[in-house]
Amino acid sequence: MNAAQMVTALKEKFGDAVLSTVEFRGEHTLNVNMASAKAILKYCRDEMNFDYLVDISSLDHMGQEPRFEMVYEIYGYGHLQHLRVKAVIPDGEDAPTVSDIWPTANWHEREVWDMMGIKFSGHPDLRRILMWEGYPYFPLRKDFPLAGKPSEMPDVAFTGTAPLADGPFVTSPGTGDTVTREPRAKRFE
Amino acid sequence: MVAPAESLAAYDSKIEGNIVFTKLDSAINWMRKNSLWPMPMGLACCAIEMMASACSRYDLSRFGMEVMRFSPRQADVMIVAGTVTYKMALAVKRIWDQMPEPKWCIAMGACASSGGMYRSYAVLQGIDNLIPVDIYISGCPPRPEALLEGLMRLQRKIEGESSFTEQKQELVNELS
Repeated sequence: MNAAQMVTALKEKFGDAVLSTVEFRGEHTLNVNMASAKAILKYCRDEMNFDYLVDISSLDHMGQEPRFEMVYEIYGYGHLQHLRVKAVIPDGEDAPTVSDIWPTANWHEREVWDMMGIKFSGHPDLRRILMWEGYPYFPLRKDFPLAGKPSEMPDVAFTGTAPLADGPFVTSPGTGDTVTREPRAKRFE
Repeated sequence: MVAPAESLAAYDSKIEGNIVFTKLDSAINWMRKNSLWPMPMGLACCAIEMMASACSRYDLSRFGMEVMRFSPRQADVMIVAGTVTYKMALAVKRIWDQMPEPKWCIAMGACASSGGMYRSYAVLQGIDNLIPVDIYISGCPPRPEALLEGLMRLQRKIEGESSFTEQKQELVNELS
């Protein structure tokens, strides 16, 4: 069974829980309901032999509702097929942990919590993984400035802001393409 | 028979060995600068170049600096090689505080000197925000030749310093 057939089978099995499917250059994506995401992922592991969780990531669609989106990349070493499962989640709501399905999800979910501030219900050890306990922000959220924010935890760590003026990493917001939005593309008189 | 010229001098080098007249500062600095023991604070890719400098092709030991000490208590010069994240910053400071005087610091590469390309929430914008830096080495990462040049400049800097008031500042502050 290839990935396209698996997508069809999942749609038949879970019906309305699969909201839509996307196929782009041979990659298959399922947009699913957050409420049934865990059941679908468990079915993928148990019945469809997706034994490898490649990655968990998250997106911040600031200004849209629901704000966040979870992305699960799964793969099977038996059939060598790759599948992507996405589910949107509103701000402040917990996502179900999948660390009981794939143990490797433990650290991936800690990273999502650390960087994006999405909590996972049922996670055995939800601590920050990159920043220190007590750091007050979630740095990969869209409303967190690229330069950072000052913070201070005596005897543990501190942060400051980085100078960004005219650096190559600042892009101005807007609808233009990157050539017009990035300052290094500007012509200096 | 005419006596040889040296026997007329007050000092006979054949009997008493060689003597060099110098200042105490110069003598102490000469000893210090020729046996710098580095503390390799390797935090990123600069550390790879630092290791290359210590290996046979570039050979730091030509300058008396090959004794890399992983204990700060035995080191003279801390080479901060790489990106100093905020999470690591206080650890670097703590290791620096454990080094006995006289001690020097080299900021190797763009990241240690200024944060480099990491203008971000996670990276300290130059180790000189926390500890005094003697030599900055440019490059991303600097080649081993640049590190050697930096260390030789540090040697020249040590030559010109006062061996007590400048190199033992913490002790001087304690006494005063």
